[in-house]
Amino acid sequence: MSIKQISIFLENKAGRLYEVSSALGDANIDIHALSLADTSDFGILRLIVNQPEKASTTLKEKGFTVGITEVIAVEVEDKPGGFAKVMKIMQDAKINIEYMYAFVEKTKDNAIVIFRVDNIETAINTLEKKGLHILREAEVLDL
Amino acid sequence: MIWDKKHETMPNDDLRALQSQRLKDVVSRVYNNVPFYKKKMDELGVKPEDIKSIDDIVKLPFTTKEDMREVFPYGLLATEMENIVEIHTSSGTTGKPVVDAYTQGDIDVWSEVMARTMSMGDVGKNDIVQNAYGYGLFTGGLGVHYGARKIGANIIPISGGNTKRQLKVLQDFKSTVMTCTPSYCLYLAEYARENGIDFKDLPVRVGFFGAEPWSENMRKEIEAKLHLKAYDIYGLTEIIGPGVAAECEHQNGLHIFEDHFYPEIINPETGEQLKDGEKGELVITTLTKEGTPILRYRIRDITFLMPEACKCGRSFRRMHRLMGRTDDMLIIRGVNVFPSQIEQILFRMEGIEPHYQLVVSRDGQLDSLEVQVEMNERIFSDEIKKLEEMEKAIAKEIAYELAVHATVKLVEPKSIARSEGKAKRVIDNRNI
Repeated sequence: MSIKQISIFLENKAGRLYEVSSALGDANIDIHALSLADTSDFGILRLIVNQPEKASTTLKEKGFTVGITEVIAVEVEDKPGGFAKVMKIMQDAKINIEYMYAFVEKTKDNAIVIFRVDNIETAINTLEKKGLHILREAEVLDL
Repeated sequence: MIWDKKHETMPNDDLRALQSQRLKDVVSRVYNNVPFYKKKMDELGVKPEDIKSIDDIVKLPFTTKEDMREVFPYGLLATEMENIVEIHTSSGTTGKPVVDAYTQGDIDVWSEVMARTMSMGDVGKNDIVQNAYGYGLFTGGLGVHYGARKIGANIIPISGGNTKRQLKVLQDFKSTVMTCTPSYCLYLAEYARENGIDFKDLPVRVGFFGAEPWSENMRKEIEAKLHLKAYDIYGLTEIIGPGVAAECEHQNGLHIFEDHFYPEIINPETGEQLKDGEKGELVITTLTKEGTPILRYRIRDITFLMPEACKCGRSFRRMHRLMGRTDDMLIIRGVNVFPSQIEQILFRMEGIEPHYQLVVSRDGQLDSLEVQVEMNERIFSDEIKKLEEMEKAIAKEIAYELAVHATVKLVEPKSIARSEGKAKRVIDNRNI
């Protein structure tokens, strides 16, 4: 039920984001969502792509440090209060969120929120019980 | 002022006779009391009776830092424990520190050579010595302390750090002598300037600076900013601490107190003794030490000896200011750091052969050490928090083991330059 996110270690220096994105572009890999977390020295670029394994191999060949992490993608109504509803469920279930980011679906009136949580199974069960839609890998690839 | 005219101005022949006698004595003591030296000498086939004059010193074995670590902690003791009154060690707890164990006689010699050192800057009974070298296992603090006590000066044992308090004490107690590392002294000057304090208004007139290499340019800067006369002093834990050599008022090289510490310059490749004036590695033998006497200690500092008579009247030869090292040791804020020590810490923490680089710079006045560690898949995490925790943990471990503050920076793989497959471990941007 979880999906694969790739994360890349980047030093804060000019041109690095371009190198990552052009390498993925050349390998014909589609980026669905991204988030960049940074400190003053380095950053971690997290990507949801259509071919995570291929993206990882491609970037490793270019000398980047790449990790693959399981995350969950939750469909959230793109309207006021939609996100709050999900957060309430997470809070009540005491699910600890390490980080998250969101993007909007092109074809539907929904947003997708990517969560990295400490306990994936519990999070998925809890959210599904409350009627939320957790995207499967195939669904993400089709976005 | 010359503290000990009898010894410090001794005619050359008398000095050589004294050195010869003292060498014979120390060699016989270590041969009979220190199995480590007996073994070394037996291996070379040299007996105490083969040492007839100071020239025979070349027959004796060298001692290295590695040797000293191997026999840690008491392997070099040449006397009974009941005669030891104090112990100091080199910085760093990685591996094993170097141990210096002093008898009361050694403390007396130490006080004596430090009194000679400070007398070179005319320190007397009326002076107030603000001693900002660290007190503790480090030899700097207590070495200066004993010397000032011997002279009968008033010593303020403030120890290192706490810059605000240093300035307050300088102002309140009207210290006339300042002792600390040269870089700390410049930091102090900078801090004073920012706080509107002008050293012109303070009575401090002389400073003794050592424990790290510094240059003529730094001397000019220190003298201009602190309005004092700055003296270079030299020493190391393995020999006694500070008090091995010091500059007289003419400041052209450092007089080695060679009635106690016999200097040689050798070719670091062959071990062959070089002539005065030839540049090479400094080697010192302790002629009078009782607790832990050392034969021909290879210091790894590069310099040359200046045998010419000095205008001050002292007959002791001088060594030129340090000109480099034969190994990769760094001195950061007075602390000796070997890249291999940091490598061991990284290896232990990450469980893999680390790719790292040490970047040393002088930000303003103080040295700073940045440890760059290349990222790899084993230590990578997609969470910033975890990577930051790792940086902090490494820095903490370095602070704990080496007593030096470092900032740790994670860098991308292969970003540390490698030449012929070997990474350059140290970039020193200090321009000392």
